[in-house]
Amino acid sequence: MSTTILWTLVIITLLGLVLAVVLYFVALKFKVVEDPRIDEVEKVMPGANCGGCGFAGCRAFAEAAVKAPNLDNNYCPVGGNDVMAKVAAILGYEIQQKAPMVAVVRCNGTCEARPRINEYQGVQSCRVKAALYAGDTGCSFGCLGCGDCVEACQFGALSMDPVTGLPVVDEEKCTACGACAKACPKAIIELRAKGPRGMRMYVSCVNKDRGPAVKKACANACIGCGICAKTCTHDAIVFENNVAYIDFTKCKLCRECEAVCPTGAIHGVNYPKPLDVEGIKARIAARKAAAAAAPAEGGPSSQIAKENAHQAQPTAAPAEGAPSSQVTKENAHQGQPSAVAGGKEETNKEE
Amino acid sequence: MATRTFSIGGVHPKDAKISRGCAIEPLPLPPTVYISMSQHIGAPAKPLVAVGDKVKVGQPVAEPGGFVSAFIHSSVSGTVKSIGPRKDLAGNPQTCIEIAVEGDEWMEGIDTSDTLVTTIDDDNKAVLEKIRLAGVVGLGGATFPTHVKLSPPPGKTCEMLIINGCECEPYLTSDFRTLLEKGEQVVVGAAILKQVLHVDKAVIGIEDNKPEAIKHVRSIIKEFQKISSKYAGISVMPLMKKYPEGGEKQLIDAVMHRQVRSGGLPIDVGAVVQNVATALAVYDAVQKNKPIVDNSVTVTGECFPKQANLLVRVGTPLQYIIDYLGGVPADAVKVISGGPMMGKAIANLDAATVKGTSALLFLRADQTVRGQESQCIRCGRCADACPMGLEPFLLNKLAKNADMEQLEANAIQDCIECGCCLYSCPANIPLLDRIRIAKGQVLGIIRARNAKK
Amino acid sequence: MSKLLVSPSPHIHADVSTKSLMRDVVIALMPAVIASVVFYGWGELLVLGVSVASCVLLEYLITRYLLKKTSTVGDFSAVVTGLLLAMNLPATTPWWVVLIGAAFAIGVAKLTFGGLGQNVFNPAIAGRVFLLVSFPTYMTHWEVPQGLFGVDAISGATPLGIIKEGLMQGGSVPELMAQHGLSYTQMLYANLGGSAGEVCALALVAGFLYLLARRVVKPWITLSIVCTVAILTTAFSLADPTRFTGPAFNLLSGGMLLGACFMATDYVTSPMSNLGGIIFGIGIGLLTVIIRYFGAYPEGMSFAILIMNATVPLLNRWFHQKKFGRA
Repeated sequence: MSTTILWTLVIITLLGLVLAVVLYFVALKFKVVEDPRIDEVEKVMPGANCGGCGFAGCRAFAEAAVKAPNLDNNYCPVGGNDVMAKVAAILGYEIQQKAPMVAVVRCNGTCEARPRINEYQGVQSCRVKAALYAGDTGCSFGCLGCGDCVEACQFGALSMDPVTGLPVVDEEKCTACGACAKACPKAIIELRAKGPRGMRMYVSCVNKDRGPAVKKACANACIGCGICAKTCTHDAIVFENNVAYIDFTKCKLCRECEAVCPTGAIHGVNYPKPLDVEGIKARIAARKAAAAAAPAEGGPSSQIAKENAHQAQPTAAPAEGAPSSQVTKENAHQGQPSAVAGGKEETNKEE
Repeated sequence: MATRTFSIGGVHPKDAKISRGCAIEPLPLPPTVYISMSQHIGAPAKPLVAVGDKVKVGQPVAEPGGFVSAFIHSSVSGTVKSIGPRKDLAGNPQTCIEIAVEGDEWMEGIDTSDTLVTTIDDDNKAVLEKIRLAGVVGLGGATFPTHVKLSPPPGKTCEMLIINGCECEPYLTSDFRTLLEKGEQVVVGAAILKQVLHVDKAVIGIEDNKPEAIKHVRSIIKEFQKISSKYAGISVMPLMKKYPEGGEKQLIDAVMHRQVRSGGLPIDVGAVVQNVATALAVYDAVQKNKPIVDNSVTVTGECFPKQANLLVRVGTPLQYIIDYLGGVPADAVKVISGGPMMGKAIANLDAATVKGTSALLFLRADQTVRGQESQCIRCGRCADACPMGLEPFLLNKLAKNADMEQLEANAIQDCIECGCCLYSCPANIPLLDRIRIAKGQVLGIIRARNAKK
Repeated sequence: MSKLLVSPSPHIHADVSTKSLMRDVVIALMPAVIASVVFYGWGELLVLGVSVASCVLLEYLITRYLLKKTSTVGDFSAVVTGLLLAMNLPATTPWWVVLIGAAFAIGVAKLTFGGLGQNVFNPAIAGRVFLLVSFPTYMTHWEVPQGLFGVDAISGATPLGIIKEGLMQGGSVPELMAQHGLSYTQMLYANLGGSAGEVCALALVAGFLYLLARRVVKPWITLSIVCTVAILTTAFSLADPTRFTGPAFNLLSGGMLLGACFMATDYVTSPMSNLGGIIFGIGIGLLTVIIRYFGAYPEGMSFAILIMNATVPLLNRWFHQKKFGRA
């Protein structure tokens, strides 16, 4: 009996020793020498592993950041400037500052505004739906409403509004990682500058169809009338493929485009005051009048003047409070070049 | 001898060929046609006409926009009204030529008579050029330009031409009617294809649920073989009815007992497959100088008051066809272009037909509405049904997790999207919905990798 | 028709659902159920009734109120579990023991894993084994009341039990068979003692043939179990007929047929591929024979199935369908 116990003890001890030696050598052989700064960088990262930076996760970002000569190409959108400042401090690089961004849903085709002409049955996935057909409504560009973006968001910042059928971004939670934008097969979601105190302007529509077809499909769509582009005094509105786009790097948040948009496709958010449509329109009208009164002054500034030549006429129409399609259409395509020249120059100087 | 069929998987949906007794009748000309520039796989064609131009039937209105692209002809005579985007049956804009119909004046040189021409030109180059100029594309569904398929890549030889007369999809009868009514033309078309491909053997595969067609085509071949040696080596092979027999790879497996390797082409095992309707189009193009301006379309469905097989001009608005037969029935919830297994649900009835349109099928709610999805019970029915030997339950799970590596390892790229998995799933899991998308992604990854090499 | 319905292809569906499959299994079990009631009387009916009712009720209550999901009770799977569990129990089992078995089968073996489709172990067998371990006296107590219509010839122990007991006391197989009047023809249609699922081999086979004809199950698993057992027992009994029972005895006795036809073929807990199924069946056959010949228990089918259930994920990983064009 006692010998059995003895043998058991001996064998177990020997086994333990042998395995310990084996483990020691294995550990030695597979030891990886790593830059200790990788760990340090990883520690200050948000740890969401969302991939918003373009790397597989926070560790991968840390490795890349340590390897890179500077921080030009590596930016953690989730951590933002605070985290990047810490990273820069650890690595001794120059601090990279970027304006905070936020995901913006550029579709306002609510259930009410966009009549459904089809019904879908199948996997509730925008990807699947997009591959199959144009969507349940007459608009082949708008939100499909299956919530791929909601699923893609790791931060719980997106949710589907059951009333409108559109995704809603929770700005507090949004980290601008861009996962939703990648998930959207219609490329409706865009990362835009968050703006001062969250104030920003955007065109909430990406429909590239021509005006009449768009109007039929959705009441809230951008019909491509171009009034906003002609009103804008900051050259911030790009007008292409029958749809307006506000360049947020140039937008001065003056809200004039929002006021003149006949369909309400342009949205200004987080403004402390409600939009004063009449006031803004009066301001625009006054500016036009002033510009018209002094045509000779602005005359020579040729290039820009030509471009802005269309401006005067269209803005007059909505100012009278009649955004009828007839007028807008005419204005969009054949704004009369006679009226003003250099109106824009003037306003720019004023500011 | 037992009739042949493919070796793996397959399902047996109800035949439902309720329009099999309806002879092909020409549809009256619509007031306007919309001819799409995307009627084939590959790059859209480029318009050759301008607004205001007068065109005749059979006049080319668009030229190929790339290698895998085809000529498109006017299907009517009249005036070009507009060229621009118009929504296709999925609601996506495609460039279309709108032509207002005026009379029915055909291009000079097109033989519109019914006379059968059985003598075949020996000049293969000329024949191939005729096929190319006539804009012939595979009418079995893929709409792959036929002249490209008929020019095997160097180093590969074709041993057998297979004419696909399976029509394994339920409801569809246009190929069946074509075999019965234009069997002679199909056989001549087959002989032309055989000659162009330099093969001795051509097999017309017909499923054994169409005995009339098998008998009819056999007797025609016998007749023709007496006339000319060019018809030697053509035969009919009855095949056991099983879906998807008409799938290219399945058909080759059934007829030749050879399996096309993953990622390979039929020519790798010495086969070229052409559809019955394509053979007819080849006959028209070569013997009659007639490009594809019309095709037969089955209009059917239990809820549809009138079953029909119509000869429809390319670009006819779907609504026009439906109205001609009495409008959309009240209890129909879904209209499908093609068969119920692989056809596309139509989102927009204002769309116009294309060369590849083979059927309009109306289904009631009880026939087509999917059941409530429940948990997978791991019965393996999807795997048993898959004709490619894949495991849809696994692919679906991997697709949900977006595990591209494992998806490729489990051969998702081999999926032929036949729908057998979803058809047979007792838990109503939308297997193919996800697999289809994931397959596209994996194919993209494979292509990107191959491009790098 | 105002809106067109749009969905990805295919647009039609086979006339099959989880419910219809499970209903077919219930139908297939009916001959054996009826036979068991005929042979074992009203007590058996009570066991069946309690088992099915408690399985269904528990599934409903747990999914509905504990898991707060939509109840899956409509798919008939709980009925199948209830029937199979009852058919694994002696007719004398008290109703509260049946209830505990049902609670373990549904509550622990099935729903804790995520319900139908997610469970690793066959719920009915898990329930039976749980009862066997917890209440061995009830579970091996085969004293059965008179059957209906004056059917008699019910002795106190199962054939497997008789042989095991006899062999332990130094008897030999042929002697024991003769001594206890065990005949193969009788085992074919009316077993001597045991649970409902053991009573009538013919009824079980008839039900299985129905499942095959309806294409509810594939024959591979069952065939491989039966073949493995037949081959092994033939070899052993030829080597020593006094110690080892023969193939006919082994195939017809105990839970062999019930297990091979209805329990091992359970979709959820068996491999997906045919080859995997065959390996799975061989494993069950092998383990059953080993337990029966050398183990402490007279019957090994349930243990064999449970053990092989655990290997299913591995078998699924190793064995796949034959793919087209990838020979």
